Amino acid sequence: MTDSKKLHYDVVIVGGGPAGIAAACTAAESGCSVGLFELTNNLGGQIWKSAEQNQQPMGGGGWVRRIENSKVKIYTQAAVFAASGMDTILVETPDNVLQVKYSKLILAVGAREIFVPFPGWTLPGVFGIGGMHNLAKLGMDVKNKKVVLAGSGPLLFAAAAHLRLHGAKVKLIAEQADLPNLIKFGIKLPKLAPSKIVQAAIYQSILLGIPYKTHCWPIEANGIDKIESVTLTNGTKTWTEPCNYLASAFGLCSNLELPELLGCEIQQEKVVTDNTGKTSVENIYCAGEPTGISGVDGALVEGLIAGYACTGNHKSAKRYQKKKTKTILFGKALDFHFALRNELKELVRPDTIICRCEDAAYKDIKNNTLWREAKLYSHLGMGPCQGRTCSGAVRYLFGWEKTTNRAPIFPVRVESLAGYSETCCDKASTELY
Amino acid sequence: MNSTYDVIIIGGGIVGCCCAKYIAECGRKTLLLERQMIGGGTTASGMGHIVVLDDSESQFQLCRYSRDLWTEFAETNTEKIEWNRCGTLWVAADQEEMDAVKDRFTYYNSRGVNVEILDQKSITETEPNLKPGFLGGLLVPDDAVLYPPAAAKLFSKLAESYGAEIRQYTEVINTTSDGSVTLKDGSKIHADTIIIAAGYNSSDLITDLPVIKRKGHLVVTNRYPGMINHQIIELGYLKSAHSAAKESVAFNLHPCANGKIIIGSSRQFDNYSKDVNFDILGQMLNRCFEYMPKLKDLQAIRTWAGFRPATPDKTPYIGPCPGEDKIWAATGHEGFGITTSIATGKIISEMLDNIESSIPTAPYLPSRIMAGDAQNG
Amino acid sequence: MADMITIYINGNEHSVREGEILSSVLAKAGITEFHKSPDGSPRGPLCGMGTCFECTVTVNGNQHCRSCQTKCKSGMKVETR
Repeated sequence: MTDSKKLHYDVVIVGGGPAGIAAACTAAESGCSVGLFELTNNLGGQIWKSAEQNQQPMGGGGWVRRIENSKVKIYTQAAVFAASGMDTILVETPDNVLQVKYSKLILAVGAREIFVPFPGWTLPGVFGIGGMHNLAKLGMDVKNKKVVLAGSGPLLFAAAAHLRLHGAKVKLIAEQADLPNLIKFGIKLPKLAPSKIVQAAIYQSILLGIPYKTHCWPIEANGIDKIESVTLTNGTKTWTEPCNYLASAFGLCSNLELPELLGCEIQQEKVVTDNTGKTSVENIYCAGEPTGISGVDGALVEGLIAGYACTGNHKSAKRYQKKKTKTILFGKALDFHFALRNELKELVRPDTIICRCEDAAYKDIKNNTLWREAKLYSHLGMGPCQGRTCSGAVRYLFGWEKTTNRAPIFPVRVESLAGYSETCCDKASTELY
Repeated sequence: MNSTYDVIIIGGGIVGCCCAKYIAECGRKTLLLERQMIGGGTTASGMGHIVVLDDSESQFQLCRYSRDLWTEFAETNTEKIEWNRCGTLWVAADQEEMDAVKDRFTYYNSRGVNVEILDQKSITETEPNLKPGFLGGLLVPDDAVLYPPAAAKLFSKLAESYGAEIRQYTEVINTTSDGSVTLKDGSKIHADTIIIAAGYNSSDLITDLPVIKRKGHLVVTNRYPGMINHQIIELGYLKSAHSAAKESVAFNLHPCANGKIIIGSSRQFDNYSKDVNFDILGQMLNRCFEYMPKLKDLQAIRTWAGFRPATPDKTPYIGPCPGEDKIWAATGHEGFGITTSIATGKIISEMLDNIESSIPTAPYLPSRIMAGDAQNG
Repeated sequence: MADMITIYINGNEHSVREGEILSSVLAKAGITEFHKSPDGSPRGPLCGMGTCFECTVTVNGNQHCRSCQTKCKSGMKVETR
C-alpha cells in the first residue's frame, strides 16, 4: 500500500529546469522553506543535464551546484498528478504519494518538442532534437553513428554540437526556416541575447564542416524495423541521406497541463502572468517556457523574478525586469523567424500515425472538428502520454486545442489515486457537458 | 434543412442513435438533434458492458434481447465497435453470495441463457489475478464488451445511410405536445412524433417523467492484455445499483478489446458536478483492491465521472407519453443503457408501426409512471 | 566509478554499470524495438524526457516502464516486446 506523506513548504516549485532552479535559489534566500519537485531523475531540464554540469558557460553547472548547496529540499522522480483544494498538490514518487501543501507555488514545468508527423517518423532511431540530445546525455552511444538533424530552431545546433563532440558522424543539419529569416534573427541577437553570439561562435567551431541547409525539411523516414535513411527536400530538389539516427522536431510548445489544472488563465498557449510572474490564481506563479517559449535566458530571469517576488523581495525582482523584457523579445523573434512553413502540413499521408500511443492515423482523425471528437472516435490522446506527443502536431495540422485535461495529469499507479478525502481541483468544466 | 419530419429524436447518445437507425430504416423521415457531439455524453462515460441482468423480469428481458441483437450486429462490425465476447464473471465473496449464485444460475438457465457455476478452483483458473480464496462465481460466457462512442457513431452513420438527418451542436430548448421543437436559435421544427432520448436531461423536456442523475466514476489503465479474461463483477454490484443510499461502490472490471482495463464502479445521488470526487474514487478503488490487489500497481491513465439517467423504478422509459400525444420517451436506462440501447431502438421503431415486439413492452411504457402508479416491471 | 552489475535483457545476461540508464544500455545491446505499438509496429525512444512513453519496456514483470528514466540495478530483468 502506498504511504501517503503530508509535507508543507512555504514555497513549492514544480520543475527542476533552469526556471525552477533559479526560482528555488532566490526563494530560499529569504529564509522560507522551499521544496522542488522534478519529474525526471536529474535536475537541469532539457537544457542542462547531469552530464553537462561541469561545462561552462553552456552548461548549468553553476546553478545546479548553487541549488545543491542551498537549503532547498529537492525531490526527483516526482510526478505532480493532481491538486487538492487551493493549497496542495499531489505528487507520486517511486515509493510514495506526497500531499504537498504550499503557501506559494511556482510552476516551472517547461516545454516539450513539437513533432510534425511525416511518413516513417515512428521508426525506431527517429528521435526529437532535444530528445536525441537528452538520450545522448543519458548515455546513448552515438560514436560513429551517422546522424541527420532535420527540424527547426536553435536546438539543432546544441544537439548537433553535443553529438559531434561525442563521436557522431553528423551528416547534415536541415533547418526548415529560410536563410533570410535566419539572417534577420541573427541580426537581432546582439541586442536581445548577446551571450548567444558567443554560443553561436562556439557551435560554429564545433560544427565546422557539417553541411547546414536552410529551407530544407524531411519528407520521409525510410526503413523497415528501424530507420535506414531520410528523404529530404528543399522545395525543388529531393534526395535521400542514409543514416543510423534522425533527430527531428519543429520547435517547442509549453507544458500547460498543470497550470490549466490549477485554473490559471491561458491565452494563445501561454500562461498569463503579470511582470512578477503571478498567474491569475492567488499564490500561484509561473516561470519559464509556459509563459512563452524564450529559451534558457528567459527561464532563468523569470525564475529569479518569481522566486524573489513570491517571497516579498520585490526590490530584487525589479532588478531583472529589463532583462526579462529582452528575453520576451527574444522569444517573439524565435517565434517569428522560425515559424513553421506550410509545406510541413502536407507531409502526412492518410496512414501516417498522428497519435503514437493509440496508432490513430491521419485518416482516422481528419474528419473531426474538435480534439474531443477525434479523441472519442479514434482514441487520440487516450494513451499514457496523455496527448503530450501529438497535441503539438494536432494544433499545427488541424488547429484544435487539446481539451479534456483532468487529474491525473501524469500516469500514476492506480493505488496513488486512492486515499484522499478532499475533492481534487480540476477543470471538469472544460468538458462540454 | 427542412422544418417537418416524421420523427425528431432529441439526444444523440447511443440510445438516440439506435432509435434513429431503426426508425430511418423503416422509411420514416428522421431528424436527430444532438446538443454536443454524437455519443459524447453518458455514452462516453460508461464502460461498454453488454450484459444480461436479472434485477427484474423486465430488465432481464430487455437485456437478453439486446444482447442477442448486439451479438448479431457485431458479427459484421467487430472491429468498428471494438467488440469482445469475453463473458461476465460474477464473483462470490461468501457463502451467502454463493447461494445467490445458485439462484441466479437457475434463473438464467431456465430462461435459456448460457451460464455456468464456477467453484473455487475453476474461478482461480479462469481469473488467476483475482485474490485467492473466493468461493466461486457465476460465468455468463455470452456477455461482451464494446466501445460505446464508436458504436453510437456507427449507428448514426447507418441512420444517415437510411436517409436520416443528424444535426450535432444543436440544442433543443423545449418541445410542445403539438409536435413542435424549439431550438436555441429560436427556430421551430415539427414532427409527427418526437422521441426524447436525452438521458439525464430528459426531465427538462418532459417535466413529469422523472429522470435523475446518478453519478459514477471510472479509472482506465494502460494496456495489460491477459490480465483479466472476463468482465468481472462482485455479486454485491446489484445491491449497489438497487440501493437508494446516497453513495455506494462495487467492484467491477472491464476488459477493453485493446487490453486496457476500466475500473469501477460507484453510484451517487445528489451530486451533479462532473468533477471527480477523490473520496468516493478512493472508496471504489479500495473496494477493488480487496478483490484484486494487483490492480494497485497498474498504470492509471485517466479518471472521469459521468451521470447515469436513473428512474424511480429502475426501469427505462420506452414508448409514448400519455396525454402528450406526440411526445415519446427512450430514456432512463441507468447503468445499462449501452446494453439496452439497441433493443430500445428496435422496440420504439416497432411501436411506431404498431408491430408487436419480440418481448413484452408494457413494463417500459412511460404511462406506468406518468399515470401516477409506479409499477414494478 | 560505479560497480559493474549483471542485468538480463530478454533472458540474456549483460554486464553494465550500476545506475546506467536502461535506454542507453538497450541501445548498446543493439535493441531498436523497445515494444510494439497497438498495431504491432516497432517503437523506441523519442523524447528523452520521460513523457512520450515510447521507450517503455517491462522491468521485473512491471510493464510500461520508461527505460529512459530507469537506472540499472543488479539482477534487473528486462523484457522488450
